[in-house]
Amino acid sequence: MTTRKEKIVLPLIAVLLGFVLGSLIVALTGRSPLAMYAAIVKGFSGIDILNGQPLNSRYIGEFIIQAMPIILTGLSFAFASRTGLFSIGAEGQLMIGSLSATTVALLVRAPTVIHLPLVLLAAILGGALWGAIPGFLKARYNVHEVVVTIMMNYIALHFNNFVILHIFGSVDRVKTAPFPTTALLKSPFLESITRNSRLNWGFIPVILALLIFAFIINKTTFGYSLRAVGYNKEAARYAGMKVNRNIIASMAIAGAFAGLAGAVITVGTFNFGRVIQSAEGYGFDGIAVALVGGNEALGILLAGMLCGGLKAPQPLMQSQGIPREIAGIIQASIVLFVAMKFGIKMVLDKFERKQAPTTEGDRV
Amino acid sequence: MSYIVEMLHITKDFPGIRANDDITLQIEEKSIHALLGENGAGKSTLMSILFGLYQPDSGSIRVRGKEVKISDPNVATSLGIGMVHQHFKLVHNFTVTENIILGMEPHKGPVIDIRSAEKKVEEISKLYGLAVDPRAKIEDISVSMQQRVEILKMLFRDAEILIFDEPTAVLTPQEIHELMQIMRRLVEEGKTILLITHKLKEIKEVADVCTVLRRGKLVGTVSVADTDEERMAEMMVGRQVSFHVEKGPAKPGEELLRIENLNVKNVKGLLGVKNLSLSVRAGEVLGLCGIDGNGQTELVQAITGLTKIESGKIFLRNINIANLPIKERTDLGLGHIPEDRQKHGLVLDFTLGENFVIHNYYEKPFANYGILNKKAILENAERLIREFDVRSGQGAMTPARAMSGGNQQKAIVAREIDRSPDVFIVVQPTRGLDVGAIEYIHKRIIAERDRGKAILLVSLELDEIMDVSDRIAVIYNGEIVGIVDAAATTENELGLMMSGALRKTHAAPQAVHA
Repeated sequence: MTTRKEKIVLPLIAVLLGFVLGSLIVALTGRSPLAMYAAIVKGFSGIDILNGQPLNSRYIGEFIIQAMPIILTGLSFAFASRTGLFSIGAEGQLMIGSLSATTVALLVRAPTVIHLPLVLLAAILGGALWGAIPGFLKARYNVHEVVVTIMMNYIALHFNNFVILHIFGSVDRVKTAPFPTTALLKSPFLESITRNSRLNWGFIPVILALLIFAFIINKTTFGYSLRAVGYNKEAARYAGMKVNRNIIASMAIAGAFAGLAGAVITVGTFNFGRVIQSAEGYGFDGIAVALVGGNEALGILLAGMLCGGLKAPQPLMQSQGIPREIAGIIQASIVLFVAMKFGIKMVLDKFERKQAPTTEGDRV
Repeated sequence: MSYIVEMLHITKDFPGIRANDDITLQIEEKSIHALLGENGAGKSTLMSILFGLYQPDSGSIRVRGKEVKISDPNVATSLGIGMVHQHFKLVHNFTVTENIILGMEPHKGPVIDIRSAEKKVEEISKLYGLAVDPRAKIEDISVSMQQRVEILKMLFRDAEILIFDEPTAVLTPQEIHELMQIMRRLVEEGKTILLITHKLKEIKEVADVCTVLRRGKLVGTVSVADTDEERMAEMMVGRQVSFHVEKGPAKPGEELLRIENLNVKNVKGLLGVKNLSLSVRAGEVLGLCGIDGNGQTELVQAITGLTKIESGKIFLRNINIANLPIKERTDLGLGHIPEDRQKHGLVLDFTLGENFVIHNYYEKPFANYGILNKKAILENAERLIREFDVRSGQGAMTPARAMSGGNQQKAIVAREIDRSPDVFIVVQPTRGLDVGAIEYIHKRIIAERDRGKAILLVSLELDEIMDVSDRIAVIYNGEIVGIVDAAATTENELGLMMSGALRKTHAAPQAVHA
């Protein structure tokens, strides 16, 4: 099997197996798997197979809202991953991005064309800075990035809450005052065409982020050197590349993607800075998205939509008497099956060999 | 005459290539049978079929006269066929015995019976003169000892037919000699050996019969006693090969590389290079020879910047590069064919084309304003592939990981020679290559010399050092123990110096002065 084919076929099989396992569990609990699928389909499209309701754009809008931030955190994880780093820090970088966006949204007064880009930029820079710190510690002192990024997530959480509560002075101890409309991604137009969903302009920075990711990784010399460091640090050093600088840059850019996700949530889905009770799982969803998407932009887009499509219908599933946790189980088992790709590949290869005994092996 | 293994009319196709075309191989019991061929001639495919990793498209296999179907390596093992792979498959923090019993642990109840296993390992080791300590950890023993552990692994499983895949590629001359003795001992005890190699000297020394393959086809099987190295080389390559490196006298010019009082620590934190001084002039090849582990690696890594030095100076022209970053050394005209091709030489997950531009991917024409020019990268790759005969399944787009070891080596050599650096540190340039490729690479190194470059050739192959070099420096225990004229020295003299028994420091042809 060629690597290109592998990259497409293996995740698809993992997704399929994930759904099969999910159905089995639903069946075991005595509910109908069909009802679950109906809820999922309705969750992202509004189409109700069982009761014959047509497409409802409100559901689509809400589904896209779910997918946007986890596509960005997926890009964040994937970017670090391409440089050989395992970053768990998207969650915290997202919170700092969110806090930076909140700060600029509340403190700056300017027309939309200036204010909104400033808000997004602040989020990107905030996330980048938060990502650069573990990058620096890794490059300078060889401190493992997994440990540092996890700890940075806690610091980000409590720092965010401290600033929102004590500096911006939250009245209800939950959120800040509402942002001026000049700082928001919200769009009455998009809301109107999606029957008052929360859909907003956030998808534009998401698409740009996907394009920028693919461009940097595949087309630029910078991406070339990042990949070289990721695949073989020693060979990159031998070739004279600045390995440590690449590690810091990679972590900073990974942080920038996650920071942007924070802005998309804060000035898109919401219009105020929030006190966060505990990690909301965007970071871990991002890891899942990146793994399923094979660390490639297009794969991350599709995997992000898949995970968004599993998140959106959860309230609906609940109302159908199907535990919403099933969606989580499906998502988790897909990741598990992706992680088992070597096993799946072995089975496939065996099957292929039986089919056509002359087309194996690419080594001459 | 009884054949223990017969592979009859074996044909095996891969997409786009016929790896084995109607090959017949018959091996006599209790003999050493060599299988000779260039990289990509189909040796590995044929052995993989015998070992059950591949199934032949047509043809049959007989073991001890009985037709068999070897569907996987377990079948091969049960037929008494064992293989020592080129890259050892050992667990480094396990002991020798633990590695040997892995997968078939003897046990008393639920507990592994390591005692009896150790005893058995010791017995086998003694019987064949392997001298392996069953309780030593793999990470603490030398490469040649690790190879013996692999041999023990087969013997422990009662293998009768032993396949050795390029066993001498990783060994020093002395260790090769010892391995040959072990192989003879194995045959005396009734084993049959199949030796995959492209080193003619070894075949001549140890094998009884030699089968030659070329580009997937059987060229012939000859009795080693009745043939000579030239004849076997011709069969393998398909044309006459000159063993002697054709070169005119060196015309040394100015000193391009000068090392003064260099001290470098090794991985153990001890001085691996001690107060070493050396110089290489334009237009000459200085060979550095020594037994593996006498400071060559540390010296090379210090010159090229992969390791920090303790003290001393390294001048390239008249610039002290001892503490410069690698990039600046490269820009000043330093080139390096690294010792470890998979660690330093290649990014295995990059394509061949990407690997060819690893030093200059950011320069024109390969990039413009930071954006890669894939077309230029591809054209560069195609040119190098042609020029150096690098063989790969999908040309420039082949992942380096999917290439054979010999072709990986050719790719690195192609990339580095093509850059034509002023000071060229060449380490083991022909490791794992066949005579045809060796001849070509030696020619290119001499051509670089004749263009006025300074070349430091580091090799464990004494023949290579003696053939290519103009002067030879011998390193022992981190020190240069002698510098001799390549034309005037003998293998014996070098051997004595390499073992530290002889010093000729003052016989250096030119005094070192600033």
